[in-house]
Amino acid sequence: MATAMKALGPTREQLLARVGFAVSALLLLVVAPAFLSDFRLGLLAKFLCFAIIAVGIAIAWGNGGMLVLGQGLFFGLGGYCMAMYLKLAEAGSVGLPDFMVWSGRETLPAFWKPFEHAWFAVGAAVIVPVIFAALLGTLIFRSRVRGPYFAILTQALAAAFVILLVGQQAITGGTNGLTNITTFFGLDLADPGDQRVLYFLAAISLGVVYLIARQLLNSRYGKLLIAVRDAEDRVRFLGYSATRVKVIAFATAAGMAGLAGALFVPIVGIISPAMLGIVPSIEMVVWVAVGGRASLAGAIAGAIAVNWAKSSLSEEFPSGWLYFQGALFIAVVAFAPMGIAGAVAWARDRILERTGRKQPGPTTTATAEGTS
Amino acid sequence: MEALLEQLVVGLSIGSILLLVALGLTFTFGQMGVINMAHGEFIMAGAYTTYVLQELLGAENITAAFLLSLPIALVVAGLMGLLLEATLIKRLYGRPLDTLLVTWGVALILQQVARDVFGAQNVAVASPAWLDGGTELFGIDLPYNRLFIFALAMAVTVAAWVVVGKLKQGRRMRAVMQNRQLAAASGIGTASVDRRTFFLGSGLAGIAGVALTQLGSVGPALGTYYIIDAFLVVIVGGLGQLRGAVIAAFSLGIINSLSEYWTQASLAKVIVFVCIIVFLQFRPQGIFATESRGLA
Amino acid sequence: MTTEPWLIDELLKIRGLEVDFDGFKAVDGVDVDVKVGEVHFLIGPNGAGKTTVIDCITGMTKPTGGSVLFDETELRGKKENEIVKLGVGRTFQTASVFEALTVEDNLDLAASFRMSTLKLLRRRRGTSETVTKALESTGLEDVRAKPAGTLSHGQKQWLEIGMLLCQDPKLLLLDEPVAGMSPEERTRTGELIRLVAESCTVLCVEHDMDFLRRFADRVTVMDEGKVIKANATVAEVQADERIQEIYIGKGRGIEEVSA
Repeated sequence: MATAMKALGPTREQLLARVGFAVSALLLLVVAPAFLSDFRLGLLAKFLCFAIIAVGIAIAWGNGGMLVLGQGLFFGLGGYCMAMYLKLAEAGSVGLPDFMVWSGRETLPAFWKPFEHAWFAVGAAVIVPVIFAALLGTLIFRSRVRGPYFAILTQALAAAFVILLVGQQAITGGTNGLTNITTFFGLDLADPGDQRVLYFLAAISLGVVYLIARQLLNSRYGKLLIAVRDAEDRVRFLGYSATRVKVIAFATAAGMAGLAGALFVPIVGIISPAMLGIVPSIEMVVWVAVGGRASLAGAIAGAIAVNWAKSSLSEEFPSGWLYFQGALFIAVVAFAPMGIAGAVAWARDRILERTGRKQPGPTTTATAEGTS
Repeated sequence: MEALLEQLVVGLSIGSILLLVALGLTFTFGQMGVINMAHGEFIMAGAYTTYVLQELLGAENITAAFLLSLPIALVVAGLMGLLLEATLIKRLYGRPLDTLLVTWGVALILQQVARDVFGAQNVAVASPAWLDGGTELFGIDLPYNRLFIFALAMAVTVAAWVVVGKLKQGRRMRAVMQNRQLAAASGIGTASVDRRTFFLGSGLAGIAGVALTQLGSVGPALGTYYIIDAFLVVIVGGLGQLRGAVIAAFSLGIINSLSEYWTQASLAKVIVFVCIIVFLQFRPQGIFATESRGLA
Repeated sequence: MTTEPWLIDELLKIRGLEVDFDGFKAVDGVDVDVKVGEVHFLIGPNGAGKTTVIDCITGMTKPTGGSVLFDETELRGKKENEIVKLGVGRTFQTASVFEALTVEDNLDLAASFRMSTLKLLRRRRGTSETVTKALESTGLEDVRAKPAGTLSHGQKQWLEIGMLLCQDPKLLLLDEPVAGMSPEERTRTGELIRLVAESCTVLCVEHDMDFLRRFADRVTVMDEGKVIKANATVAEVQADERIQEIYIGKGRGIEEVSA
């Protein structure tokens, strides 16, 4: 009798991934803190937050075919949730954040109230984006609005959110956003030693997010997500709810962006509408495009590399950087849609071929794009 | 009642601007399915064309410069579109999301070019004397510049309708849109039809840009303020549907002005967005849907 | 107690089905009965509305009138995935498999469609018995680890049928399963379908007369959105001059009908 559940040992790919994970962990947790200056380490901490957003985009866009052009919204929701708590914690006995005092407000708006509690704020930073995305995703996907239409709707939403934040100055801090955040659960954000703690927090969060994303993509659900990307209607005729498959990916990506926002606030000390509008939202997609849209490691590498290049180039050539970013983006999307990850996979396959250790079979290629 | 009527007029005015910026998209997005995010920058190019012509012709020829800039902006923006189609978009047919991203990269570069050529500061474009001031009807102010934009939007819509519906070129365009292989087999040069369609759609963005100079100053980011709303108009109106775009533009304009009136300006966009999502629950294909069979 | 399916004579009962595409009646008052265990063919010239009928059963097209009873359940108004879960599977004119996934993953997804979302989030370990069997029946064992996109046209069709095998449907809808195939591929496909038909009822849209003669139990003929002959035998269809004329009138060769 064939009760055949043929066991699968770790494949070469899986082994490589594990080694890669261990090496990256070593680099981030030991090498970087040992060799980078406080300033550079602070920058890297910020980039690690961005990398968390990128992982989410790789899931939703690279594997699910949903071009999310409004991740700034979810990043912002997470960031504001955290910042509201931190502002209230700093306000102390006054009970009002500084900008409300300045604009002459005397009572705390009702929706600020629960953010006096740390646990609520931390939970909300992830859960609010998830719920919001799940609700929005259900409505959009249910009516089978997809492809570019979905992309434009997410973008419109990010734009509307920014206008709302700016317009409701008295309760959101307006264009300035929530600023002057100086402490975080007893850490002094001006102190380099305490900033290091935040760096480790960001690095470990990224590691956890990566592992969750990996599990998700390697599961049956991950295959289903790719199936939906390439042939959504066919998935329905297999008996699955394509809407649910997409909502899960979209909400996961939103939750990751929210978490990134919550970590970003103490690291940078500010959250403002300028960081979540249309342009920042598309930049987030640029990172993932450059890194390799379907690859988690590629997305992380892309987020760190593009931001590193931006911070070093834009200091010296502010206008040059914008040309460079535009050109890079065009070149990668049009001519190398698999990005850095694609190039690495290509090189690895060539090397394995040369040394004769590559078994005949499919190479690591994916379809360039899966839209409706 | 009078206030409501006033908001209605404001809504119609917003709607005519939306229509003007979205008309070009009904060609490039609607007919060809190309998501061109640089469409906004073609609008910007049209606006700067007006500015440059005014500088060239001097203060005494403002009316001439303004009227001349209408056809010239059409050609300038159209040529930019032609170049974009020939170099990049042509390679990306069948990859709509990638087209969106690539053209956004182009938009980024064009904005920076504008910043380097014309400066980061906005520039002011003078209005011809006959567009200053306004008239009054039933106690409602009707500024001439807004009336002009309304009339221009109507004129351009009619022109577009004639081109698509009546002329040979338009019939070819529709043939290519409906069945590319069949059109090619019946001897229509699909590549050249694509180029012409793209020229026309992009050129209309240039005209919209000229009109926008009458509402405010011109800056490198001009296009980004309008591009998303323009795409929303096409989505709500239905793909490739001129009449849908007209209805959608005015509906969104009126919803916008009414919600600004009843709530606050910053809430209006959110309300419009919610309305669109609710609308798509009932008509996901837009106001005028084209029924299609098969596994899309 | 619900009635056991094999005690019901008709597994699928379509009554007065109507589909209106913007004023054009693609399907106009169609009745079809498919009995438990039979292989029922739905034939007719191009544009007769056969595929539209299939689309209505599976929820892809919303009928404007009539009813579709499957196993005494009304399918009208149900979503595609709900209908599949009731036990109705289908193939498409052009084979549609998930090209970026391996053959095995394709079959595995087909086999897992009743899994809860939580269970889906687990990684697949090994190959289930259902999938192993389907790999054997379709002869795709050698290419199990290949992306489905690299398969030949015939192999993709078999994979698609293999996916249906994994789903163990009560009613299988086949939309031109042998169109565009070589004679060898047709034979192979026919054998596969016969295997599938052992355990379920089949409704098949097909033009190929040879194929029809070998496999059909009963035939329903459609033309211009209407049924012109219902529940006939193959011999009756071949003897019916009216049907031959319709085919000739639509420009199809007589040999296809009478061969």
